Amino acid sequence: MPEYDAKKVTEIHQHLHSHLPSDSALRVKALESLLVDKGLIDPRTIDAWVEAYTEEIGPKRGAHVIARAWSDPNYKQWLMKDAPAAIDKLGYLGNATAHLKVVENTDSIHNLVVCTLCSCYPFSILGVAPAWYKAAAYRSRAVRDPRGVLAEFGVVIDDKIEVRVWDSTAELRYLVLPQRPAGSDDLSEGELAGLVTRNSMIGTDRDLTAKTGGIS
Amino acid sequence: MTAQDVKALRPLASTDGDPVFDEPWQAQALAMADSLVQNEMFGADAWADALGQALKLAAASGDADTQDTYYVCVLLTLEKLVANHSVIDQKAMIGKRKDWEEAYLSTPHGQPVRLK
Repeated sequence: MPEYDAKKVTEIHQHLHSHLPSDSALRVKALESLLVDKGLIDPRTIDAWVEAYTEEIGPKRGAHVIARAWSDPNYKQWLMKDAPAAIDKLGYLGNATAHLKVVENTDSIHNLVVCTLCSCYPFSILGVAPAWYKAAAYRSRAVRDPRGVLAEFGVVIDDKIEVRVWDSTAELRYLVLPQRPAGSDDLSEGELAGLVTRNSMIGTDRDLTAKTGGIS
Repeated sequence: MTAQDVKALRPLASTDGDPVFDEPWQAQALAMADSLVQNEMFGADAWADALGQALKLAAASGDADTQDTYYVCVLLTLEKLVANHSVIDQKAMIGKRKDWEEAYLSTPHGQPVRLK
């Protein structure tokens, strides 16, 4: 075969295969069509889930919960006592928050959340878990060496501060209530929500400031 | 501030600079898992246990500690639990995957891909 033709055949071959989805994508398509055929899932539910978790449901919901707790002592008390009900009040009750506990950071306590087993996470108020939360490195080291892990996130915890690590399960998930930043007294609830970072609600961020940070 | 106001703030896709999913199939796999838990094909605890087991095996096999490995484990777990809790077996999954592959290869680029 002349060299030109061989090159052309290779190009056509590559072109053809470049449109073929990956093995994982094909397996997902196969599974979805089988489940739909058997009436076990509704394709509209899957599409709606993907759209919601890609575009809409994220840590802004958690930030709203935190800002409300900072602004309203009664709400905070309710949130600490019965988080699912308090979160439901803001319209965010989801499946992953049905059993949720809020743990509060103070001057002497820092809370850190992990799921050592897999990736249990309150995704209906924080969105899909970040890649590092699902990584084996974080899952295995957060309990063993929380201060070391925090240092890698740029968070240095004074020795006088107790670090409490909470291991999430499918039955019980956690949300950290970070401390309200100094100098934020005059801010509205919306402005306060803008100061909350996703990581501060997991515990890999601690000292929020009234000027920077927030979920962008 | 209402839930509607929060929704209107900014798109989630830019949160912390990371895309929420690297590829659409990852989102679809998680969506199916959550949907099947809601439909009570299997429980959230069974899902967590099986996914934890898959992640442990991946780590023991020396797979890279990446988001891709995580979602491959999600997919494996989903296939396993569906096979254990429904009439859909491994053979049906392999057959349907082949059907989709053939549909992609036989559909001209730009045309919607459909199973025959």
